[in-house]
Amino acid sequence: MAIQELEDAETETLSMREAIRTGLREELLADDSVFIMGQDEEDGGSFEVTAGLHDEFGDNRVRNTPISEAAQVGSGVGAAATGLRPVVNLSFSDFIGVCFDQIMNQAGKTRYMFGGASDVPLTLRAIEGAGVNAAAQHSGTVHTLVAHLPGIKAVAPGTPAAAKGLMKSAIRSDDPVMFFENKTIYDRRGPVPTDEEFAVPLGEASVEQEGEDVTVVATQRLLGESLRAARDLDDVSVEVIDPRSLYPLDTDTLADSIRKTGRLVVADESPMSYGLHAEIVTRVVENAFWSIDAPVQRVGVPDTPIPFSPALEDEVIPDSADVRRAIQRTI
Amino acid sequence: MSTIDLRTTDGRREALRTMLLIREFEDRVRDRFADNEIPGFVHLSQGQEAVAVGTCGVLDRDDYVTSTHRAHGHSIAKGLDPEILLAELYGKETGYCRGRGGSMHVAELDNGMLGAQPIVGASVPLATGAGITAQVRDEDWVAVGFCGDGSVAAGQVHEAINLAATWQLPVVFVIENNQYSEGMVFDEQHNIEDLADMAAAYGLPGEIVDGQDVTAVYETMEEAYERATNGNGPTIVEAKTYRYRGHFEGDEEPYREQEEVERWQRDHDPIQNFREDLADRGELTDEEFDSLEAEVVERMDAAIERARDDDFPAADEAYDDVFDEPVPEIELFREQLRADGGVPGGDD
Repeated sequence: MAIQELEDAETETLSMREAIRTGLREELLADDSVFIMGQDEEDGGSFEVTAGLHDEFGDNRVRNTPISEAAQVGSGVGAAATGLRPVVNLSFSDFIGVCFDQIMNQAGKTRYMFGGASDVPLTLRAIEGAGVNAAAQHSGTVHTLVAHLPGIKAVAPGTPAAAKGLMKSAIRSDDPVMFFENKTIYDRRGPVPTDEEFAVPLGEASVEQEGEDVTVVATQRLLGESLRAARDLDDVSVEVIDPRSLYPLDTDTLADSIRKTGRLVVADESPMSYGLHAEIVTRVVENAFWSIDAPVQRVGVPDTPIPFSPALEDEVIPDSADVRRAIQRTI
Repeated sequence: MSTIDLRTTDGRREALRTMLLIREFEDRVRDRFADNEIPGFVHLSQGQEAVAVGTCGVLDRDDYVTSTHRAHGHSIAKGLDPEILLAELYGKETGYCRGRGGSMHVAELDNGMLGAQPIVGASVPLATGAGITAQVRDEDWVAVGFCGDGSVAAGQVHEAINLAATWQLPVVFVIENNQYSEGMVFDEQHNIEDLADMAAAYGLPGEIVDGQDVTAVYETMEEAYERATNGNGPTIVEAKTYRYRGHFEGDEEPYREQEEVERWQRDHDPIQNFREDLADRGELTDEEFDSLEAEVVERMDAAIERARDDDFPAADEAYDDVFDEPVPEIELFREQLRADGGVPGGDD
């Protein structure tokens, strides 16, 4: 519960970018087996998330790789199985196509198929999200693909506190965790606990705003858009939940909320078919069916690749107005 | 140092014993598979024993190997017990992977067997990764990535060799060129004659060795190992070899004449080659060879009996070890199985 996490803690205000970097830095300091590699990581990587870390920690802790995502992930698994805690930056999430075998077959299956003989403490970072006119191959949201794979945990924080707390849990986990960052909210600021032991457990959702009438489960950028939509609706009491962890997924927090509100909107920037929306709805139907009072609503990308032209991109990516309309449809 | 030290008389005897053990293991798996005792897919390595034994003979227990779908020989040469390996092939609880891996996914990290990877090419990035750990953590192990001639056509192999070369990691890439990629001949897969030539593109030494000569493999590997441990980076070793069996058991082998297989068995068999070598050195009589053969036959007889008798894993073990930290999504099914009485000791 993020609200309680923050109420009880001493906090500082950080951007998402700073929160992720702080999580990385604290783990680099705490454990000398933590090792960052990726393209341009020595210069801060994509969107300057790792800026300064190479200067502080040097080549044996932060290192540039060739443009070889398959080798980055495959060797990351080999390094993780032999004693490192690699944090591999894959940059734009659309690039996972070139290393999907290593994610699906090596990272995800190694512990299981080897009878539990091998830990795989591997963290994979990938950058998602549309809204910066980066066109179809640099704007996608692919976390559903990864959350679907056996043996991989997947997280997609919507707040700086969740970003730092989940990064720390991802690195400390002996399981492979894929950490999805939305590029359009790197500058989003919020309170973050300063305690170096603060971590967000994998598999815990956060009630970001309590409400009585409708539950909106919203990820990443759409968390902010959903909070805005909730503010815009004076006559509706909206509960907003950030699942934070996509797999495992905190079914209990979602189901408890629907038992209270009876109405559900799922807002996630994935293409809408066969995705996170469907999974969240299913969990609610399985666990709180008799509490559902209205047809559930999905807010997402309508199954198109992300187009380039601002006029087209604005059409397909959801915002607070889309969430607001979805909430109104449930009333 | 491995007990298979080809510089000593005892080590040479051990190398021969290990090659015979691999041959017997593979022959027995062939027969047990044909009789439907062993489930799934198996890929056998008769004919390639000298590559496994010559390479692993140079390695310490702490050194790592990664392997392919054809991993039994590498595993035994690296020091894994054929009894536990066979139990794994039978899908038994007592196997190296508790029955979850089978023939294609054997791993045993305590002996440096970092895993068999039947996705062709996938063994190579893993070896590079073990090399990264060695370099970053200043460990003194070497990682060997076994791969086949077919894997060289796969993109991740290029990426992993390039990364290891660029970072000068302590890795040796051993390409077992058995001349066939699945059912396709070498010429259909590559535009060069010697795969070791590709080493030049990475700025690495590339060595070609007769894979039917265990001593030659060992000596080439010794040099590569020394380069790796001295901080001089990877080596690509191409061992020219031949597999006597098909790509998989059940392969009808329409791509080659049986006469070719027989010619290799007659003229280039690694065990016969080494037997003659040891006899020439005055280190091996016919009686001693027969005695070694009888020993491995007896060992495999016992291993088969044991594997047959061992228990299968309990059904709920299907839910073990997907993660270090279990997730409710999976535990739900374990609880359901218990509730249904599907597990001995569960709630009936």
